[in-house]
Amino acid sequence: MTDINQTIAALWRIESAKIIGGLTRIVRDLGLAEELAQDALVAALEQWPREGVPDNAGAWLMTTAKRRAIDRFRRSRMMRDKNAELAQELDAREDVSVQLLEATLDDDIGDDRLALIFAACHPDLGQEARTALTLRIMGGLTTAEIARAFLVPETTIAQRITRAKKTLRDGDYSFDVPHGAARHPRLAAVLQVIYLIFNEGYAASSGEDVLRPQLCNEAMRLGRILAELVSDAPEVFGLLSLMEIQASRFAARRDAAGAAILLADQDRARWDRLLIRRGLEALARAQSLTGSPGPYQLQAEIAACHARAISAEATDWGRIAALYVRLMVIMPSPVVALNHAVAVGMAFGPAVGLAHADRLVGEEALTNYHFLPAVRADLLEKLGRLPEAADAYEQAARLAPNQADQAVLLARATTCRAG
Amino acid sequence: MRFMAIIKATPETEAGVMPSNELLLAMGKYNEELVKAGVMLDGAGLQSSAKGARVAFSGGKTMVTDGPFAETKELIAGFWIWECKSLAEAVEWARRCPSDSDVDGQIEIRQLFEIEDFEAGEGVDQHHKVAEQMAKS
Repeated sequence: MTDINQTIAALWRIESAKIIGGLTRIVRDLGLAEELAQDALVAALEQWPREGVPDNAGAWLMTTAKRRAIDRFRRSRMMRDKNAELAQELDAREDVSVQLLEATLDDDIGDDRLALIFAACHPDLGQEARTALTLRIMGGLTTAEIARAFLVPETTIAQRITRAKKTLRDGDYSFDVPHGAARHPRLAAVLQVIYLIFNEGYAASSGEDVLRPQLCNEAMRLGRILAELVSDAPEVFGLLSLMEIQASRFAARRDAAGAAILLADQDRARWDRLLIRRGLEALARAQSLTGSPGPYQLQAEIAACHARAISAEATDWGRIAALYVRLMVIMPSPVVALNHAVAVGMAFGPAVGLAHADRLVGEEALTNYHFLPAVRADLLEKLGRLPEAADAYEQAARLAPNQADQAVLLARATTCRAG
Repeated sequence: MRFMAIIKATPETEAGVMPSNELLLAMGKYNEELVKAGVMLDGAGLQSSAKGARVAFSGGKTMVTDGPFAETKELIAGFWIWECKSLAEAVEWARRCPSDSDVDGQIEIRQLFEIEDFEAGEGVDQHHKVAEQMAKS
């Protein structure tokens, strides 16, 4: 890649969402808007290497895209002029459209980016389509990059994006930002997509593919954009806080072999203080907006308890256990219940924790979840019931997702067997 | 990847000249754009070196010198921390920074080390140490 191509790629990443957003609002067609914006990009790729990058490159791209859009409107109007069957009424509407287009594109286009996020995360689209479309339009990732990050063939991603755009076009959806009650289900879908993208990057084992950690960064960037644009919704800040605090542990959460390192055993010096500070700030913002925290905010509060503790011993497990109880009320799930059992075990002793964990044995959703036997093993070991602990560690090892985690669990089983 | 965009000091910043209202406003809008793009993580302007100090290390000893410091070009007047996809993107953001037409300014862009960058040496040992602790606990 030449320097100028890198510059153009960087400019595209900075400007494309704004340009596509502005065009979409006018042409009411995400696919067409993207095409028009890409035409402008192609024009830049042709002209800039010859003539140099203009000083205000963003405005140049915007103006070019605008001209393409107007050209297209005029061309289609000419075609309609030739067709006697089409009424004058259409003409009039086209004229208005061109004027509207010119007026809108001269505006400051702050909210178009938000409209684009809401359009890409429309609840009528499948979750995978929403994710792919968001990353493509808002994250500026190419179809190939998204495919690599999600470990699926590029054609699959391309089809998802094409279908999603078709659904949005045929459904005659509004590309405006929904207000009031209409915003709620759309906002929930937006938050879900952003967190899904984050988890896709976070769950991936470290190192091998740089694109997956990059997904975390994209998700956090989207969360920051959303927080700037929707500044009155507590869950937006709850999610942002959760992501920033979780990401602060990125470097400390796996060992050299790729095995997960438990929170208690992580080297806290490796936690990213800037991200923790940002996460705590976002949490404070969420708290200032509501007295009844939603699931993202509660999870962020739990994460914040860990982030605030100077050492594992200093962790306020009583508060964490209480937060998990509240989380179970608004978001009941066996995994949340298991985490609650861990917190209870730390706060009130292993016997109490084990009683909670034992109640989850046989829960269908946890049948193949290695954390359940791992948690039981840890509590049994603390209670001195070593043979039972060893059995549970071995069971956990059989279910563990990777060899590195298996090795760690088997080593602990061996220690318990040795008494 | 994270970058620090370093605003170099000028004779004006070192003299403690406050920015014009127009520049302050333009800077505010520029910062708003950075935040709206999800790029800006942190940033601050620095007061002149006259209000600062230097701590020098030599032969295991330390020596403190109060400001101001003479070599203006090597001083900094402010910084941002940005999350960008590439150096080219950081450069493009820096190019958008507003400036007074009658002042020669400079922004230097440097990539931050991430903790992963150190894994070849001490970091690996630390990982092993933690893994051992976990096996023992």
